[in-house]
Amino acid sequence: MSGLDSPGNGLNPTVPPVESGRKSQTRRVFGVLIRIDSVTKRYPDGTVAVDRLSLDIPDGSITVLVGPSGCGKTTTLRMINRMVEPSEGTILIDGVDSRQQPVNTLRRSMGYVIQNAGLFQHRTVVDNIATVPRMLGWSKDKSRARARELMERVGLDASFAKRYPYQLSGGQQQRVGVARALAADPPVLLMDEPFSAVDPVVRKGLQDELLRIQEELGKTIVFVTHDIDEAVKLGTMVAVLRTGGRLAQFAPPAELLSDPADEFVEDFLGADRGIRRLSFFSSAGLELLTAPIVAIDATAEQLAARGATEAPYLLVTGLDGRPLGWSEPGGLTAGQIDAGQLLPYGRPFTAGQDSLRAALDCAVLSPTGWAVAVDAEGRAAGVVSQAAIGEAIRGAHAHAHAAGPEAAQKATTR
Amino acid sequence: MNVLHFVTSFFTDGAHWSGYDGIPTRLLEHLTYSLEALGLAALIGLPVGLVTGHYGKGGNALTLLATAARALPTFGLLVLIVMVAGFGMLPVMIPLVVLAVPPILVTTYEAMRSVEPSPVDAARGMGMRESDILLRVELPVALPLILGGLRSAAIQIISTATIAAYVSLGGLGRYIVDGLYQHNYEKVVGGATLVAALALATLAVFWAAARAAVSPGVRQT
Ligand SMILES: Nc1ncnc2c1ncn2[C@@H]1O[C@H](COP(=O)(O)OP(=O)(O)OP(=O)(O)O)[C@@H](O)[C@H]1O
Ligand SMILES: [Mg+2]
Repeated sequence: MSGLDSPGNGLNPTVPPVESGRKSQTRRVFGVLIRIDSVTKRYPDGTVAVDRLSLDIPDGSITVLVGPSGCGKTTTLRMINRMVEPSEGTILIDGVDSRQQPVNTLRRSMGYVIQNAGLFQHRTVVDNIATVPRMLGWSKDKSRARARELMERVGLDASFAKRYPYQLSGGQQQRVGVARALAADPPVLLMDEPFSAVDPVVRKGLQDELLRIQEELGKTIVFVTHDIDEAVKLGTMVAVLRTGGRLAQFAPPAELLSDPADEFVEDFLGADRGIRRLSFFSSAGLELLTAPIVAIDATAEQLAARGATEAPYLLVTGLDGRPLGWSEPGGLTAGQIDAGQLLPYGRPFTAGQDSLRAALDCAVLSPTGWAVAVDAEGRAAGVVSQAAIGEAIRGAHAHAHAAGPEAAQKATTR
Repeated sequence: MNVLHFVTSFFTDGAHWSGYDGIPTRLLEHLTYSLEALGLAALIGLPVGLVTGHYGKGGNALTLLATAARALPTFGLLVLIVMVAGFGMLPVMIPLVVLAVPPILVTTYEAMRSVEPSPVDAARGMGMRESDILLRVELPVALPLILGGLRSAAIQIISTATIAAYVSLGGLGRYIVDGLYQHNYEKVVGGATLVAALALATLAVFWAAARAAVSPGVRQT
């Protein structure tokens, strides 16, 4: 990444094609892009917001700063783009002291997204997004064309282009904020609680979108949040800060959940960190039973044959293979299965794609205690008992322990 | 004889519509003094208000200064300056400018302070120059309030510019001063009506200017 020394290099006028997602996969051997080296920030009133913090932020991944209110997350983030100047210590960008280049050049090489988006209310959506390209001297047409590409990238319909910020919902405004930060294709993105002011459903959508964008563009993202779930979901690395601006732990989320450094981190992770950690184990290893599955048009012989499976219940599927519900084997008469009489099957998990956490959740929610696995098309792929999931969890823990925490990979969907 | 009668007879008298004491000449004179005074006041008030508002410093000093300036009696100032500097344009301009600077200055300052901090923070974070933040981020949002300040200054100037007549200058004040001296109430009422009409026209001009200059994205309060 030499784009930072001469920001002109990084300013590719065209959005890299979506296929570059594969490229970012191969870049998973991360170099260090931002090195925070023993940095302290003392505000004029004497408050020490950050205390001798050292952090190596890896290239091309999401690093999350998390911690209780007032622990110095914002201060740390703003020291990276020199909105706040460190009192002591240095910040190296790509090996070079960040004070070596003019402050505005530095800032233009880093996208900056804040809590309430901070959109310019007098400018339309396209013109908001085109701000940095315009600042860098691009023509109006080129900047706007670029802005429209970005709108698509962040999932905003083109019809929003001519709207003003007050005509958008909070979630849409935040998307514009992200698009604006990405407009000049900066290698670094700094985000300060960007999704904390929207409702949980919209937040989940924005988080998924950010993960997708990161996958596609391979940006180095520093993300501040006080929400540990968000940190675990988004972070490749998570830095937990404690009050007083000291680093409590810096680790991948799976390691954070399995081996919290101390009581503070453990408390901060909350009571259900064991369950949450299951997000990092894939459900691919679960042994799915297909014998207890019967189609709604099953013949008497088929029903009789199914009666002897190890499952106490049968899962009835529709003609399209999608699950309909559970029934006791004796309760089914061939040709007269009433879908309305079946027990609900809860929420199925997608076999191999969802994590063990999702599988366990299914089993816990299911009235029969058995989870239903479906394939990508939603057709029943098999059923699995709580006991079998418990077995898989013990196996995964043992495996993770033997291989070291780094081996615990994130399941693709959490 | 009622006021309405004075008004109609003043405006229907053909003699009032031409010559050096005709309505067009006096109106133009009045407009010229007013525009000059407003221009000077804006030249002082706008930059100071914008810059102090942007940096958020000096607000107390400004308010103090503005209150002091407002306490100065315009007419007293006029007389004083005439005694010092003699007749001419100066004794008219100074009181008018002193009258107009405070509303411009204070509203501009307040308008800039009322701009939300988050877009400014975002702009600074994306590497925008400080001058561009002032002119391209804060000013467009503060504009409706700033125009409001200019508007009230303009109205005050127009109604006060009648004092020019006291120092032998023209303008619509001529009709009022001369009318009072000559006990010609038709003239007095006619002059006053013209001043009021000019003030109304000014309101309309500012309304149009705000419509044209303020972005539809800026919700006006
Ligand atoms: N400009 C300032 N002057 C003095 N103290 C400040 C200033 N900005 C922040 N602080 C203090 O520094 C500490 C860290 O603040 P900071 O904003 O970095 O916290 P944070 O982790 O982002 O908190 P939050 O989650 O509430 O946003 C706090 O105690 C805060 O009061
Ligand atoms: Mg903060």
